[in-house]
Amino acid sequence: MRKLALTDDILLKIEKPARYIGNEINSVMKDKGSVDIRFAMCFPDVYEIGMSHLGIQILYDMFNRRDDVWCERVYSPWLDLDKIMREQKIPLFALESQDPVKDFDFLGITIQYEMCYTNILQVLDLSGIPLKASERCEQDPIVIGGGPCTYNPEPLADFFDLFYIGEGETVYGELLDAYKENKANGGSRKDYLEKAAQIEGIYVPSFYDVTYKEDGTIESFVPNNPHAKATIRKQIVMDVTNSYYPKAPVVPFIKVTQDRVVLEIQRGCIRGCRFCQAGMLYRPTRERDVEMLKDYAYQMLKNTGHEEISLSSLSSSDYSSLKELVTFLIEEFKGKGINISLPSLRIDAFSLDVMEKVQDIRKSSLTFAPEAGSQRMRNVINKGLTEEDILNGAGQAFEGGWNKVKLYFMLGLPTETEEDMKAIAELADKVARRYYEIPKDQRNGKCQITTSTSFFIPKPFTPFQWAKMFTNTEYVARAAVVKHAFNDQLNRKSLRYHWHDAEVTVLEGVFARGDRRTGAVLLEAYRLGCLYDSWSDYFDYDKWLTAFENTGIDMAFYNLRERSMDEKFPWDFIDIGVTKDFLKKEWERAMRGEVTPNCRQQCSGCGAARWKGGVCVESKN
Amino acid sequence: MKARIKFRKYGVMKFIGHLDVMRYFQKAMRRADIPIAFTGGYSPHMIMSFAQPLGVGITSEGEYLDIELTEKISSEDAISQMNRVMTEGIDVVSFVEIPDEKKASGMTITAAASYRVYPLESAKTSDIRLPLPGNWTEEIEEFLAQEHITVWKKTKRSEKEVDIKPMIYDMHPDADSIYLFLATGSEQNLKPDLVMDTFLNYTGAEETALHYHRVDVYARNEAGTFVPLSDMGKIIL
Repeated sequence: MRKLALTDDILLKIEKPARYIGNEINSVMKDKGSVDIRFAMCFPDVYEIGMSHLGIQILYDMFNRRDDVWCERVYSPWLDLDKIMREQKIPLFALESQDPVKDFDFLGITIQYEMCYTNILQVLDLSGIPLKASERCEQDPIVIGGGPCTYNPEPLADFFDLFYIGEGETVYGELLDAYKENKANGGSRKDYLEKAAQIEGIYVPSFYDVTYKEDGTIESFVPNNPHAKATIRKQIVMDVTNSYYPKAPVVPFIKVTQDRVVLEIQRGCIRGCRFCQAGMLYRPTRERDVEMLKDYAYQMLKNTGHEEISLSSLSSSDYSSLKELVTFLIEEFKGKGINISLPSLRIDAFSLDVMEKVQDIRKSSLTFAPEAGSQRMRNVINKGLTEEDILNGAGQAFEGGWNKVKLYFMLGLPTETEEDMKAIAELADKVARRYYEIPKDQRNGKCQITTSTSFFIPKPFTPFQWAKMFTNTEYVARAAVVKHAFNDQLNRKSLRYHWHDAEVTVLEGVFARGDRRTGAVLLEAYRLGCLYDSWSDYFDYDKWLTAFENTGIDMAFYNLRERSMDEKFPWDFIDIGVTKDFLKKEWERAMRGEVTPNCRQQCSGCGAARWKGGVCVESKN
Repeated sequence: MKARIKFRKYGVMKFIGHLDVMRYFQKAMRRADIPIAFTGGYSPHMIMSFAQPLGVGITSEGEYLDIELTEKISSEDAISQMNRVMTEGIDVVSFVEIPDEKKASGMTITAAASYRVYPLESAKTSDIRLPLPGNWTEEIEEFLAQEHITVWKKTKRSEKEVDIKPMIYDMHPDADSIYLFLATGSEQNLKPDLVMDTFLNYTGAEETALHYHRVDVYARNEAGTFVPLSDMGKIIL
């Protein structure tokens, strides 16, 4: 029987011991004596969040297909256990073997959002691995980062030995082979990092020096090691059908956020919304073959026993065989008590028809993400959705029996005026008016229109990467403008309005576009006790302010400055395919309120066509 | 057609709570292709009920759930199909047909449960057991010789004084454990830790770490004697 890292008395004292015992269905056990490489794959947040992440499930499956590798999972211990582990000096362990992470060859950390950065330090700290890469010795695991935040890895540069820039399916094999080879040759840690630096897509932060101008912006970013490349090219899988995808993902015992089979139908998005980082990073859009998806749906449901299947992509309605796939899922599984969930669908006749079949209309609500209230603002952000689309979609839904609608918007977008802010409330009211146009005897009581706004954060590799942000006070003031506008609306009793926290927003802003120097703030914030910052109950803004003060880092430099068009950005050494020239052109078009057609309407020459695949070659086949 | 599944729960699975064990079995039914029936409506759920929840930390060799089947499946096939998709720490040991009536459900008929309680070297692990303290044989006799064994029992609304003695059907030392046979179910329910806490308190050995293991769950048959729930059904051929 497996021996656990934690004793019974601890497990019976803490919340949800199932987070720490492993043993889940489809988790992989191997004999540690018969593998060459032990890889600890970490999502630096609590188990329920980490277990819901598709990327780790893909890599876990891919690594464990190799006989010479045993990949295990690690998550952030929750605060109750964190305290006990520090008091009793219990080292952080991987779930499968329950062995200390420090004994592994690699610690891979997926970095999905900025507010998990202190949890990364927690994972390193509890593992007993020096926080700074420069202080690690030969025995320490190689700490490698991946995921969307690594497209600007600089705030984390001090804490990682390597970053993997791009999709994990491509060069991990090479990276692991190089490790084995180096180990067999008796090579050092540095020898390995030099070998890794020569692999496409691998960034070794310690092999680069950064100098700054007097105004604080970057002067130069150059390799200090002959093996390091000047530019790191993003990794991408061109054939997403014949690639890795888990047929038997791990099934948690406790209810996790994503407690279902997740079928990733495509990567990338054709839309080109100017605020959206994923829309640029994952270009070109690549679809999976519908027959493969049908087969996987069947096998994954069979192997997990999940009672729900969900499609995953940035914009499911753009998947060209959507109708065929959804019809198949309904016909094949609906009668077997399997729920089918279809997020990110455009509201039209087809999707309403599908939703009617798979959801309880009385309980479900429809979601629209207009992102901006006025048409002018929507043109600036290149969100193709028009007011007419929204009102027509909502109208059809209301006539079909729905009476709940959710609307998502952003505040603080570039060029936003007070009119644009007020337009959010006005649009919500128009949706409600559309509902009350239906004769009273044919409608289903009152309608409920719930509007949420978040504050826009400029992200690297988007046309808005040059945009300035605002202060907390300004954000709150903008939310107040919207709130007041809601009070002025005719149907205010049917309208609800929520806005997101501004304090988290400004921190995310700093780390999204931060440079190497911001790493000091992270370290200081962690030392001051910041942890689980993405959990509003535990987020402590005052501690963060102290961390900025103690390190002499100025938040305003990162957030409130309008960046000049020729500024050298911390992430400029990464080549995502989409060119900086294209992003500049898009920024300029945004300023003029010009819409850019989507990839299927017309190629705008973003640069992603150099991979000669996906949507870039679709029409030419 | 209704069936009763008996399973064991041991090892690290003792840390999985009752609700999660239910979720585990719902998924296991699908993986094992058990022809289980669903309720109707937009969110159909499996027709499945557990006889008696088991507390976290307790192991068991006699757990029960009843399910409704849409078609016949032999006991042998059902057991092997399920055990193929189980994780270490849960094994199906029997699968029998039970009468269709509601009053035959495990939840309704449960009347008693038996346990073994092991003294441990420490609360850190249930693997290292200690022999029963030498004086416990007498202590148990004296404990049970009391006219009443009153305890404060917490209910949903208040705390009240209850005499648990009539609910202790049996309590005696047996090799390295104490054997308990307790009233269990919707009418009268006595948990083993309440008995042991009261006993330890009586002997003044409050600090003793214990491991609880459920042996079986019982119903009363027509003759009024206790029989394991699995004996209330018949093997499906």
